[in-house]
Amino acid sequence: MSETENEVKDPRIQGIKTKIRVVPDFPKKGIMFQDITTLLLDPKAFKDTIDLFVERYRDMNISVVAGIEARGFMFGPPIALAIGAKFVPLRKPKKLPGEIIFEEYELEYGSDRLEMQVGAVDSGDRALVVDDLIATGGTLCAAMNLLERAGAKVVECACVIELPELKGRERLEGKSLCVLVEYR
Amino acid sequence: MQTLISPFVSHSLRLAPPLPRNSLLNNYHQASPIRLSSHFSTTSLRLFNSGAAAAASRDSEMTTEDGKDPRIAKIASSIRVIPDFPKPGIMFQDITTLLLDTEAFKDTIALFVERYQGRGISVVAGVEARGFIFGPPIALAIGAKFVPMRKPKKLPGKVISEEYSLEYGTDKMEMHVGAVEPGERAIIIDDLIATGGTLAAAIRLLERVGVKIVECACVIELPELKGKEKLGDAPLFVLVSSA
Repeated sequence: MSETENEVKDPRIQGIKTKIRVVPDFPKKGIMFQDITTLLLDPKAFKDTIDLFVERYRDMNISVVAGIEARGFMFGPPIALAIGAKFVPLRKPKKLPGEIIFEEYELEYGSDRLEMQVGAVDSGDRALVVDDLIATGGTLCAAMNLLERAGAKVVECACVIELPELKGRERLEGKSLCVLVEYR
Repeated sequence: MQTLISPFVSHSLRLAPPLPRNSLLNNYHQASPIRLSSHFSTTSLRLFNSGAAAAASRDSEMTTEDGKDPRIAKIASSIRVIPDFPKPGIMFQDITTLLLDTEAFKDTIALFVERYQGRGISVVAGVEARGFIFGPPIALAIGAKFVPMRKPKKLPGKVISEEYSLEYGTDKMEMHVGAVEPGERAIIIDDLIATGGTLAAAIRLLERVGVKIVECACVIELPELKGKEKLGDAPLFVLVSSA
């Protein structure tokens, strides 16, 4: 579904791309931050974003949409609702109550953890992982590991934006990735 | 879940034994016939609606009273209460089990959409992070923009910020400059209103740039914490009251 792979470009993608704001030097110098909040301010572009994912996933028997805190929470639930799947939040440490499992992942400096509630998914579930953007793929890998450890099958990862130079796609160990927009 | 129950509570409750590898939803439904003592918080039903003045029941039974939308009972029963999280004495209202119940989540959004569509609301502001789960589906359905109200340093570019009190200390909430325009009509969404401090900060941020707050909307209210009083002129609408 990335632009470079599709023979037929969906006309909605260009409209979505123009709504993403690039903010230089955030959170630190040298990083060109892909700001999706401007996309959320455009009801038509936001709707088109969700529609494109829903059209792809509605017939794939997805029972779980897992969204990565916090921007995955903005895209995941509308997709989940439209395709009749449950929504599972994957969160930073200590936010989820009750029993959890966690997966550690590397940051540029140090590491962080992603948590999921025990019992949220099980071996019957077919899962979609959603985040706004894939960079190095570290967070998405952690998300997939959590879901697979709980017995779910991860069908695909879906992101609005990919930064292909960071090669996150290769880190997904064969799992397919669907993105709408690439930023080079 | 059972490991978090305090000794007092175990006298009043018959707890179902831990179930192996069941979904959270199945665990919750197993627990729902338990009768809770009145000292123990229960998720009771109160529908705040112009017209329907349903009294909250302190009994654990979900009473169906006239004027109450039948979807509310299912929504209320899908919310899981976790004692002593994040610290002892707090009965945490966990909406993740609601999100696992596709009917209940759909109904939750539908109830808000039915209330707010066609009223010229152009802004749905959602408070980080659980407001991000409920706000966007509502915004999409009513054709409004979604504006995230975030913790400090998360939003890139120019922001305005508002400080608010916590139990110990303060925190800040930020909104993008230019996200909203004077004269726009907004609703503010969060999963729950407790003391009202967070919602009050969101109201102040939006009002500072000339936006009219039509209403604050939450899935759950903890009425004993009197959060409604912090909201000034802004009305509050909730689906479930947990007394």
